[in-house]
Amino acid sequence: MIIAVASGKGGTGKTTVAASLALSLAESGQAVACLDCDVEAPNAHIFLDPTFEHRETVNQLIPEVDPDLCDGCGECADVCQFHAIVALGGKTLVFPELCHGCGSCTLVCPQKAISEVPRPLGVLEGGPAAGGIGFARGVLNVGEPMAVPVIARLKKWHGLIDAGVVILDSPPGTSCPVVESLRGADFALLVTEPTPFGLHDLRLAVELVRILGIPAGVIINRDGIGDAGVDDFCRDAGVPILMRIPMDRRIAEALARGESLVAAFPEYLDRFRDLYDRIVKTYRQDAAS
Amino acid sequence: MKIAISSPDGKLDTPFSPRFGRCEYFIFVDGETREWEAKDNPAASARGGAGPQAVQFLANNGVEAVISGQFGPNAFTSLEAAGIQAYEADGGTPSELLDRFLAGTLKQVNTATGPKRH
Repeated sequence: MIIAVASGKGGTGKTTVAASLALSLAESGQAVACLDCDVEAPNAHIFLDPTFEHRETVNQLIPEVDPDLCDGCGECADVCQFHAIVALGGKTLVFPELCHGCGSCTLVCPQKAISEVPRPLGVLEGGPAAGGIGFARGVLNVGEPMAVPVIARLKKWHGLIDAGVVILDSPPGTSCPVVESLRGADFALLVTEPTPFGLHDLRLAVELVRILGIPAGVIINRDGIGDAGVDDFCRDAGVPILMRIPMDRRIAEALARGESLVAAFPEYLDRFRDLYDRIVKTYRQDAAS
Repeated sequence: MKIAISSPDGKLDTPFSPRFGRCEYFIFVDGETREWEAKDNPAASARGGAGPQAVQFLANNGVEAVISGQFGPNAFTSLEAAGIQAYEADGGTPSELLDRFLAGTLKQVNTATGPKRH
């Protein structure tokens, strides 16, 4: 069972939910893995306290042109969808940060002048975390635009995806890194806050999971602030609200100290396990229908 | 000499576009005869790499000098490779800019002047 925690809006409590769900299930003896896919700003480790035992650099293969073999024909430039390689004045230029690593230029080069060389994008780090959770995260190099290959590699790393339950902590937004995080998930938990801002981005997130065909439910965090917009939307859109976490200063203070929600408030252990049971039930119903 | 000027509307007598890679049109002018035509910039809506793609377009059209507002690093590297001279302007219509170019009062750019965008 792969559960992706996503939101649209940033700062709604994705990591709080992902870490608490992972800790709750681990505490009841389930095999749990938690992958921090928010590679631009991974911070789930603060709640889960992993010991990093494994480390791997994620590379992207980019073209390198041998100027002695290249005759400047430009077929590589014609095939590149991202204009990462251009043929100008008999020379062929490569723009590494635009390259998506598809390898088409190498395939089409009639002169066999292109070879592929690795360009580091970031690193993966992993190891056991609190409660025996198998934890791993991707860390994108600062200034690096290509997050997707790091997330894709993270999701295949060390077989963690084959753990009994896998919790994916997605980045905010609805663009390529979020799509890559959600891809293959059995269920999406969309964490939002009941404000016009939360609602605006929740709509986008719901649209995204529908395009991807992933069943989803909503967690309303900081419940009690804002307005009824999120409730109304969920009812009209037929998206179940699976949990509400109240706006509570004590919760905010515990999280601000770096404590997980379930460590500070153990009554949430059962609430998250119940949440998981309902997700499994919903998922089975969806699978059967 | 064939000169390209970035333009938002493909017209000679309305303000030019200060954007290089993603300008809507390039106006191609013959420096001697002043014959001109406007062409859609195929890089205007590129997903990425608009700068290099725009330079590729200019090179394919035999342009030797280009006038725009700013040139990002990828665009500038591409212009250098293509042997296209870059000139920067902060305002004016393509018609006026052509006059300034021919009078030698436009500033030639020798390094990237704009920020890197994706």
